[in-house]
Amino acid sequence: MVRSKVVPDNDKKELSEILKISGETINDCMQCGKCTAGCPATGGMDILPHQIIRDLQLGQVKKVIESKTIWSCASCFACASRCPRNVDLARLIEAARLLIVRKKGSDRLKPETVSELMEDKKMPQQAVVSAFRKYNK
Amino acid sequence: MQRIGVFVCWCGSNIAATVDVEKVSEEIKNMPGVVYSSNYQYMCSEIGQNMLKDAVKEHNLDRLVISSCSPRMHEVTFRKAAKAAGINPYLIEVANIREQCSWVHKDKAAGTEKAIALTRAAVAKVALNQELVPGEIGVTKKALVIGGGIAGIQTALDIAEAGYKVDILEQSPSIGGKMAQIDKTFPTLDCSACILTPKMVDAAQHPNITLHTYSEVKNVGGYVGNFQVDIRKKARYVDMDKCTGCGVCTEKCPSKKAKNEFEEGLSKRGAIYTPFAQAVPNVPVIDEKECIKLKTGKCGLCEKLCSAGAIKFDDKEEVITENYGAIVVATGYDLINLDKFGEYQYSDHPDVVTSLEFERITNAAGPTSGKFVRPSDGNRPKKVVFVQCVGSRDKTERGKSYCSKICCMYTAKHAMLIKEKYPDIEAYVFYIDVRTSGKNFDEFYRRAVEDYGVNYIKGMVGKVFPEGDKLMVHGVDTMSGETLVIDADMVVLAAATEAKDDVVDLKRKLNISTDSDNFFTEAHAKLKPVETASAGIYLAGACQGPKDIPETVAQASAAAAKAIGLLNKAKLVNNPCVSKVDKDLCSGCLACTKMCPYDAISSEEIEINDHGKITKKVVVKVNEALCQGCGGCTVTCRPGAIDLKGFANKQILAEVDAICQ
Repeated sequence: MVRSKVVPDNDKKELSEILKISGETINDCMQCGKCTAGCPATGGMDILPHQIIRDLQLGQVKKVIESKTIWSCASCFACASRCPRNVDLARLIEAARLLIVRKKGSDRLKPETVSELMEDKKMPQQAVVSAFRKYNK
Repeated sequence: MQRIGVFVCWCGSNIAATVDVEKVSEEIKNMPGVVYSSNYQYMCSEIGQNMLKDAVKEHNLDRLVISSCSPRMHEVTFRKAAKAAGINPYLIEVANIREQCSWVHKDKAAGTEKAIALTRAAVAKVALNQELVPGEIGVTKKALVIGGGIAGIQTALDIAEAGYKVDILEQSPSIGGKMAQIDKTFPTLDCSACILTPKMVDAAQHPNITLHTYSEVKNVGGYVGNFQVDIRKKARYVDMDKCTGCGVCTEKCPSKKAKNEFEEGLSKRGAIYTPFAQAVPNVPVIDEKECIKLKTGKCGLCEKLCSAGAIKFDDKEEVITENYGAIVVATGYDLINLDKFGEYQYSDHPDVVTSLEFERITNAAGPTSGKFVRPSDGNRPKKVVFVQCVGSRDKTERGKSYCSKICCMYTAKHAMLIKEKYPDIEAYVFYIDVRTSGKNFDEFYRRAVEDYGVNYIKGMVGKVFPEGDKLMVHGVDTMSGETLVIDADMVVLAAATEAKDDVVDLKRKLNISTDSDNFFTEAHAKLKPVETASAGIYLAGACQGPKDIPETVAQASAAAAKAIGLLNKAKLVNNPCVSKVDKDLCSGCLACTKMCPYDAISSEEIEINDHGKITKKVVVKVNEALCQGCGGCTVTCRPGAIDLKGFANKQILAEVDAICQ
C-alpha cells in the first residue's frame, strides 16, 4: 500500500471552489463523528462521512472527489440535521460532485448521442433534457 | 490659569508599539494650561506614581492628565496617587490611549495622532473639573444569599462565622440544591449526602443564619450597603413552628399523582410532601395544584392525622421586607431539556435517561433504593452506553456552544460506580474529547479505563433504535474508522448544563447583567471573578458558569469574603459624580423622575421669591445616595436644568471641541 504524505495545503483552488459552492465552514467540525454514526449509506462508502470533512480540512480534495463516498451519499441530510456544529456535510458532498460535473471540457453528453439514448423506450424524455443541460458544456 | 501636568504611559509595548509616546508628550505641551509633560514605561507602577507625586511638588501642578489604559483599569490608582500628592482626586482625568487607541490600530502615525487628540480632550476637560467630595453612607450589617444549594450554604456559613447575620432564600421547600440529588462526588467518590447534610444542618442551626425556604425575590430596592428586598414567602399550608416532621401526612396523602421533582420524575409524590428525607427544614409543604382539599374542598386527611395541628388550609402567601448590606447570588444551574434530540429517543424510551436521573437510580436513597435497574422493567442492565456532549459544545439552536465542564468527570464516575458494584456490566462511553483538567481528575478518568475496563470510544452516537427490549446504539469509533452498533440495555445522556430559566427576571430585579447564555457576568473575568458590575452584589457557583463542587465551594467562600469585607466597613464612600438640579431652571415637568432607573429623583414644592412676590413651584431633587451617575436625566431634561457632576455638559463639549480642533 502506497502511503502519501499529507500536505495540509494541497488542492487549495479546488477546496475554495467546494467551500464557495457549499457555503460551509469546515473548520467548525470537531470530528465527533456523529455524521458517520447516523449515516444510512456508509455500507457503500470507502471513506467515512466524517473523514470526508477531515480530508477537506487537510486539503485532500483529490482523495474526496475520487472516492466512492460522494456517489454513495443519498443526500438524506441526516448528518446535517444532527451535526452539533452546524456543518452541512450533504452540501459539501454535493459541492464535490458539482466540482466534477462542472469541470471544463468534460463534455459527457454530445448532441449526436441523444437520438441513440432516445431509442430506449423506457428512458424518460425529461431525464435526457436535464442531463443534456447538466452534462453538456 | 490652571497648572496641568500630563503623563503619557507606554504600558510596556502595549501603547508604545503603536503610539509615539514621546511625540504625544511633546505635542501636548502646546496646550494652554499644560505646564509639565512627560512619559514613562509603567505609570501605574510605584515608580510611575512617585514621578507623578514629585512632579506635582516640583512644578506646583493642580490638575493631572494620565494618558494610559481605560479608566476602568487604573483611574482609582491615579486618584489615590493624586490624593497622596495633595490634589483633589476628582481633578484628574485619564485619557484611554490603550483600549481605544493602540490596541485597535496598527498604523503608528494614525495611532499617534489619535492619542494626541484623546489626550487633548482630557486636558480640555480637566481644566473645567471641580473639586468633588464624596459623601458617606452607612452599611446594614446583614447579607442575603439567593439560592440554598452548596454555593449558597457555603457562602452563608462563611459570612455567619465572621459574625454577621445572613439570610438564605431558597425557592424550593428545602435547602440542599443539586448536590443533595447526587450519589457520589468525584474524584474521591465520597458520598454526597454525607458531606452535604451536615452543612445543611449547620446552616439551619447557626444563630446568625435565617432560612427563607419556599420563597422568592419579589423586588429589590436600594443600593450597596442598604438594599431593601421584598421576599415572597409562598403559602406552605403547614405551620413551621408546630410541625414536628413526623411524616405521617406525607405517607397518608391519597393524592399520589405529582411528579417527584427531587427524583427527577422517576417516582411520584403526594400533594403534601418534603422533597427528600434529609430536607432542611424538615417541614412539608402542600402543592396547591395537587391537593384534593384545596382543589375540591373534600379530603383534608392530613389535617385529621396531624397530631400537632400544623396543617392550615387557610395559609396565605406573605411578603416580607428585609434590609441587607450585601447580596450574594447563588442560583445554580439546570440540565437542558432533551426533547429536541429525537435521535436519542430520550422522550420516547424510559431506559434512555439523563445523567441526573442516573444519579437518582444509583443513589441508595433513590427510587430504586440504590439497586441499579432499568426504569422500564426493573431488570439489571448488562450493557450501558454513556453519551457525552449531548447539547454541549453544540452550535445549533438545539444545544449550548459552551463546554458544560462537569460531564467528563461525572460520566467517568458513573461508569466506575456500576463497574465497582457489578463487574459483569459492560460500560461504553462515547466522547468527542475527554476534558479532565483538575487536581487528580485525569488520574480518575484513566482509572476508569485502566482499572475498571470501561470502554472509551472516541466518537459520537448518531441514533438509538429500540429493538425488542434492547436499545440499538449506532455509533462510530473515529480513530479506527469503524461504525459500530451496541445492543445496550440502558443509555445515559450527559445533557448540557444551562442557567436557570428565571435568571432573566432576577437579573432585572437586581440590575446585574448576564451573558448570551444567561449566566451572570462577573465584573472582570480575571481580577473580579465574584463581583458583579453592581456594587454590593456578588456571585457564587454555577449561576456564573458551569462549575463542579470544589470550584463552587471555592467561589462561594470568595464571594463570602467579599461580602464580609463590605459588611465590615463602618461607612461607605459615595460616588460624588451624581446629578445636580438647578432649581431656577427646573420646570417641574418630572420627566426625569420617570426616566431614572434608580428611583433617585423625587419632586418637592419650593417657595420662590420673585421681586417680593412669593410663589410656589414644583421642582425635582436628587437623592445622592441612590444616584449612580448614569446621566440619563441630564439628556431627558428639556430645560437643561440637570447636570452630572464630573461630567457636566460644558466639560463634554470642551472635549469635543478639543478633538475637533
